[in-house]
Amino acid sequence: MQALVIVAHGSHLNPDSSTPTYDHADTIREVGAFDEVRTGFWKEEPSIREVLRTVESDEVYVVPLFISEGYFTEQVIPRELRLDGWDVADWDSDGLSATHVTLPAEDVPEKTVHYCGPVGTHEAMTDVIVRRAESVTEDPNVGDGFGLAVVGHGTERNENSAKAIEYHAQRVRDMDRFDEVQALYMDEEPEVDDVTDYFDADDIVVVPLFVADGFHTQEDIPEDMGLTDDYRTGYDVPTEVDSHRIWYAGAVGTEGLMADVVLERAADAGADIGDALEVVRERTRKTPLAGD
Amino acid sequence: MADYIDALVEAAEDDVVSLDGLYVTTRDNGYRLETPDKSRDSLSEATLRDVLSDYDEYVTNWYFWSRAVGESSPQRRAFLRWVEGADAEDQSVPARYDALRDGIEREWGQLLVTATLGDDGQRRYELRHVDEADREGDDLDTYHEPLAARQLATYDEKGRYRPLKSGTNLAGGWVFPDLDGRDLVETVETFYPASVPNWYREREGTLDVEHWVDTIGRQTGMYSVVETWNRGDGHEHVNWVAESCCDDSQCVKRREWQYDDETDLDVDGGDGAFPCREPCSLVIAASRKWTRLEGENAQTYEFELTPSEKEQLEAIVDAVADDRTDEIREADVYEGANRYRARFLRAKLFDDDGNLCGVPTEDES
Repeated sequence: MQALVIVAHGSHLNPDSSTPTYDHADTIREVGAFDEVRTGFWKEEPSIREVLRTVESDEVYVVPLFISEGYFTEQVIPRELRLDGWDVADWDSDGLSATHVTLPAEDVPEKTVHYCGPVGTHEAMTDVIVRRAESVTEDPNVGDGFGLAVVGHGTERNENSAKAIEYHAQRVRDMDRFDEVQALYMDEEPEVDDVTDYFDADDIVVVPLFVADGFHTQEDIPEDMGLTDDYRTGYDVPTEVDSHRIWYAGAVGTEGLMADVVLERAADAGADIGDALEVVRERTRKTPLAGD
Repeated sequence: MADYIDALVEAAEDDVVSLDGLYVTTRDNGYRLETPDKSRDSLSEATLRDVLSDYDEYVTNWYFWSRAVGESSPQRRAFLRWVEGADAEDQSVPARYDALRDGIEREWGQLLVTATLGDDGQRRYELRHVDEADREGDDLDTYHEPLAARQLATYDEKGRYRPLKSGTNLAGGWVFPDLDGRDLVETVETFYPASVPNWYREREGTLDVEHWVDTIGRQTGMYSVVETWNRGDGHEHVNWVAESCCDDSQCVKRREWQYDDETDLDVDGGDGAFPCREPCSLVIAASRKWTRLEGENAQTYEFELTPSEKEQLEAIVDAVADDRTDEIREADVYEGANRYRARFLRAKLFDDDGNLCGVPTEDES
């Protein structure tokens, strides 16, 4: 038997924090690729400390629903899972390239744990950013005449955070699909506050590379970009700012296709998932394909 | 019935069948059958089948536990057996079946499980809020999918987010009327994650309790500061934490963690059905705040209060701590924590900056 365990941050204050984790777990559960799909949280229950004991399967694939490599993926999660012999060097990562390690866990010595890199640094995440742009514009072919901004925290708390933003921005650029692609940050230059300064295109899709909607994506960024003076009053999509139309997408992690990245991570670590990737890609599409 | 007997006879050919007072084995001279009130030896297979048909409750009981539940998850099996008291040695299978026909009830946190008999000894389980034991099922919203419990567990009666699944504020108004064993455990585990595995480990004597000192000691980042709250001279601060957060009035888990493995806390761990094995993330997050607050030095302030004003301040703290503010009626001015009473106190005693009796928090001299 094989199990998928999605681990995420969660929140004591905001019920929306865990929503994407549950949604993606449900999507994957429905395709039946794993005998069990479980979730564990730093701030909610079951805790990451106790999640492995909720699993019956002997092969366990743990996928962190985090955007970048850093404190949580390198220290907190391995410690809380009690991964035996964990050494971050085993990931042999440049900050973007962690795939997986296979280790026993002290908590469940009879099981084999495949601890995967975070979803945010997987190349498939680029497709989720593009899918998010399609969803928010309700246009499966969005690109022509549009700019795309990928927004992250910046390096203040974690240098790898910016690496992930740059990485995906470059990959979207390489698709040659959008007129312009720009990485923007909340706490450093180029800042998301000045989003319209960085684009010539009239239409700009703004996709924050965050797992869940919360304070940053629902309050800070909309106010910083001038979509609204007060987040509580909401904003339109698109909203006109400085003669540009801003299509603000909210956290990329809420996009259904994120389930695909979770599956990719587990498959890269050796999980047998059959045709689940194809099924999930289709099921999570909200906009009809051209010709449909 | 014949299918169950077939399965049992087949099982007895391979191995000894022994469960809940039923014992069947093969010997050179035929089968041996034992129940608490009867034993027969040297039975041919045909006679064994014949005799077993008179013991259908033993047979279906064996079938349920060995085939429907099985051994694949020892913790699920143990929980389901606990639910119906199957391990009580003083009760025979027929007596347990009688009890199941009436419904056997068990409480698990704020959940009430009722086990009953379905067809051919299959068990059916109903799950509802413990405070709604007497409500008609028709008055409750009906659910069948275990994961529906996720939403039910997320918000309290007033629609507020519940950060702690084991908080004592589980909302009611719902029922899972007809779950099988697997779905019962899934549903229970959705309401109270990891409660069954931790309870099982405790029963097996392998629960990994991690005491305050150990749990705080492994914290890093923003929570590493909590360790500085332990100053090597007592554990009174942790008593206060446990009294604040872990009391039965606040959390349905039974606190098993102590200060360290040599020092028990002085407050009661509670009577919960399932254990709490270490300070949870909510306790740690709150303790971070308390670590900061308790780092302050005490100061002497001088306030002038009437005796009733002093008692009123105490009543307000009590009302908030016991979550009773909503229960105090708007016009009940006899309650110190009544809104009008509190507003009067503020109007009289606070200055424009919100200082009690006009006394500034920081010494301005």
